[in-house]
Amino acid sequence: MTVTFHLAGFLRTFAGGAHEVSVDVPGATVGEALRALRERHPGVVSRVLDEQGAVRRHVNVFIGDRSIRDGAGLETTLRDREEISLLAAVSGG
Amino acid sequence: MPTTQQIEVRRGDVVVLVGTMKGAFLFRSGPDRRRFEMGGPYFPGHSVYAMAFDGRAGRRRVWAASSSMHWGSVLNHSDDFGANWTTPEVPTVQFPKEGGKSLASIWQICPGRADEPDVIYCGVEPAALFESRDGGKSFQLVEGLWQHPHREKWQPGGGGLCLHTIVPDPKQRGRMLVAISTGGVYRTDDAGRTWTARNKGVRAQFLPDKHPEFGQCVHKVARHPARPERLYLQNHWGLYRSDDAGDSWQDVARGVPSDFGFCMAVHPHDPETAYIVPLESDGFRCTPEGKLRVYRTRDGGGSWQPLIEGLPQRDAFETVLRDAMGTDEEESAGIYFGTRSGKLFGSRDGGDSWSALATGLPPVVCVRAART
Repeated sequence: MTVTFHLAGFLRTFAGGAHEVSVDVPGATVGEALRALRERHPGVVSRVLDEQGAVRRHVNVFIGDRSIRDGAGLETTLRDREEISLLAAVSGG
Repeated sequence: MPTTQQIEVRRGDVVVLVGTMKGAFLFRSGPDRRRFEMGGPYFPGHSVYAMAFDGRAGRRRVWAASSSMHWGSVLNHSDDFGANWTTPEVPTVQFPKEGGKSLASIWQICPGRADEPDVIYCGVEPAALFESRDGGKSFQLVEGLWQHPHREKWQPGGGGLCLHTIVPDPKQRGRMLVAISTGGVYRTDDAGRTWTARNKGVRAQFLPDKHPEFGQCVHKVARHPARPERLYLQNHWGLYRSDDAGDSWQDVARGVPSDFGFCMAVHPHDPETAYIVPLESDGFRCTPEGKLRVYRTRDGGGSWQPLIEGLPQRDAFETVLRDAMGTDEEESAGIYFGTRSGKLFGSRDGGDSWSALATGLPPVVCVRAART
């Protein structure tokens, strides 16, 4: 299965400037897709997940327009050619 | 993103490192320190609560811990004063998997002893100490402190549960003191294997037992390298001195308008001289009477005198946070501090007179100075 990640501006620094990255996923969940992305761009994934493997509190992961927080989190299942957006939440000060 | 202004730093210049809630800045001057030019902002939009200059082993390295609400915290360094920064792809300061904790923020960067040029310490939130023995390429959690039986009882202060002060003893190898809000002061004498609370005499105003073994909200500890057993402590209510490396503490709040405050620095050449900026109270964390006054002791805390020349003395309700004061090591000592309202002040005569280096920065949280 192949999925495409769309990266927020800050994350592109760690992907050679790429706006999107497609990866082959040997599995069917968001967590497995992020593990595949980590193989290519560890800097991107270490900004999205903390060292315990949890999605950082102010980061949103969308499949299409659905947040994985409304699904099964990192266990949310994917379909082939799905598009995943890694975005900063609207928060700050 | 804003344009980052670059500066060219020559050998022998004095550099002031300034961390703010919205990025880092560098100020450079020639040795006369008459005019400073600013570089930055570096890491715009990210808070930089900890910076350090490491001039050991021929380095001219600036460390900066940048923290994003979204993307986490990372330790960066520059060997050309901000023209280029090295940011590790995977952050080097991270908790081990098995502990279940995640790094919230890096609060302190402390280069180790002069004869251990590859040792660097970081204090972090949640309260823990990390050590690097390879010049910052990798860091390991100091397990002796992490496994301390008191740790589960430490409580977060207003800034979180953080280890914000690291004081290695330059003479007695293996001895180091750290401070935690709120846990208090802990000292190791065996290079981090075991740690003992060292809060005897330090008040915990906010607890039923005012003098517990631990749990104090220590805001800053400072010492002079030539006399490491002499320590000064700015507490959440309380101003103290220790002459026995923290075994006991004596109240030295004589002649100050308030013994509440955050920052503290020791004169680079005189262990008897220290600096604080008292704040009115924990309920109103601003300079008393609308006057921005640095207080200096020249007799080890026996008395304190206000330093006001060049500082605003009217309608100046300022806050100076725990790491927002630093000194250089010039013969006529430079003392620098930044305010939460974004003003940066400097003195090149040990505090006798002050001038503003900048007035429109984001809230200042860290100030360090060094000759390059």
